[in-house]
Amino acid sequence: MNRRTLLTGASVAALSGCKVLDDARGGTLGAVMASANSLTYRVHRALGGGHTLAPEYTQADIRQGMHPNGSTNPQTADYLALQGNAWADYRLEVGGMVGQTLSLSLADLRAMQAQTQITRHDCVEGWSCIAKWTGVRLGHVLAMAAPQAGARFAVFHCFDAIERGLAGEVLYHESIDMVDATHPQTILAWGVNDEDLPVRNGAPLRVRVERQLGYKMAKYIRRIDLVADFTGLGRERGGYWPDKGYDWFAGI
Amino acid sequence: MAASGSLIYRQSGWTRMTHWVWAVSLFFLLLSGLQIFNAFPKLVWGKEAGFEYDNAFLEIGAQDVDGARQGYLDLFGTRYDTTGWLGLQGDTVQAFPAAVTIPSTRNLAFGRIVHFFFAWILVGTLAIWAVASVVNGHLRRDLVPNGADLRKLPGDIADHARLRFHHTRQYNVLQKLAYGGVLFVAFPLIILTGLCMSPSFNAMAPWLLDVFGGRQSARTIHFLTMAALVAFFVVHMLMILAAGPLNELRSIITGWYRIDPEPTPAKEDAQ
Repeated sequence: MNRRTLLTGASVAALSGCKVLDDARGGTLGAVMASANSLTYRVHRALGGGHTLAPEYTQADIRQGMHPNGSTNPQTADYLALQGNAWADYRLEVGGMVGQTLSLSLADLRAMQAQTQITRHDCVEGWSCIAKWTGVRLGHVLAMAAPQAGARFAVFHCFDAIERGLAGEVLYHESIDMVDATHPQTILAWGVNDEDLPVRNGAPLRVRVERQLGYKMAKYIRRIDLVADFTGLGRERGGYWPDKGYDWFAGI
Repeated sequence: MAASGSLIYRQSGWTRMTHWVWAVSLFFLLLSGLQIFNAFPKLVWGKEAGFEYDNAFLEIGAQDVDGARQGYLDLFGTRYDTTGWLGLQGDTVQAFPAAVTIPSTRNLAFGRIVHFFFAWILVGTLAIWAVASVVNGHLRRDLVPNGADLRKLPGDIADHARLRFHHTRQYNVLQKLAYGGVLFVAFPLIILTGLCMSPSFNAMAPWLLDVFGGRQSARTIHFLTMAALVAFFVVHMLMILAAGPLNELRSIITGWYRIDPEPTPAKEDAQ
């Protein structure tokens, strides 16, 4: 092997490098690589424990409105009906593996002890945006519902459909573990930057999961179910984006 | 080449194994990293990205100029036409071209999976290497520059500039500084700034986020460290070619390296 073949070999490897894993995604190799996410999840839970707090910022750090992304204007019929009536008929349903199902109006939620936090929203795309969020702790709401011992995840079912498939609208859903669900900074937010949550940011109610990426923080929440696993839920990976191949644990 | 010197066992199995695992890992990390960058093709400084104000100093994109699509690189406010390379390739609008992203199609989800898989491999082998190199003395013997090394620095720079290479058991001082820079500066920096992009890690070590000046600054430093590692790779390849690729490759594959013959007193007498 002389220098020329070495160089040619190296440049061919570099040029074809882009395609080396193109076919791996759906196969065993892709599955092996994706399994690194469960290692990441376990290590983060082991080192971060349950209740390490996401950094909070000051009023001076809020330099712009909350940047909207993903669904910004849901057009499903039931959402439009609620929006048309200024959320007067909105009810947050809490069910699944609970001792007591709940049906809470926005007024009910606002009457509970509110919490405000200025935090940084990190999108999976790479950008960040700092905003002030106001809402009620999810842990507080879940405690009212008396979770059963076997409940492992909180699943958020939403009003928005990002896509319309052959089988109809594919509604957004996401899930978090009970550690994040009961985390002191995990809130059901109805306000952002001292105003009512606007439609583009998830009105009337969205969740803040401050130690994970934006796609975990479901907007336009209709119902919260506590479950033991994801059976029967989409492609059973725990969320709309996880169903599309994104990691379920989005702490990184 | 002059008369051959003897073959010596220069690189331990630990060094060789970790070297090649890093080579493979960094290849995949780089190309999957460019895939991830393409989802937000800007570098900004600070805690957040400006949408209602501008804190980007690098941006890659596409724009219409007189009805024609044009790819551009915006660097510190100056816009360069990079059509065909950055921002726009044919009809495809994306920052880095498919030829240098993994996968070659737009796929942030799988790019992240590949990136984090090899990030674990990199960190794992770095830990193995660190333990092995402390135990077998590689770190102290071969990598940390000593006083004598630093005194040789001007001569070593002059030798490299003249492409005059000495093949000895020890690394020369420029090698020590280059390898040390990768192992003790670039690797820790790229790993820590990578971790600082994790909101979960931020909750464990918020102080580290402050060290780097915020999450977006950490992302920028991560990218710049990548560029430094690419520059190291280019120089590394050129040095191997210039110093004798077969001997260099043999040492990092088999461990055996042919050193220059010792100048003997007899030879000097003959002169």
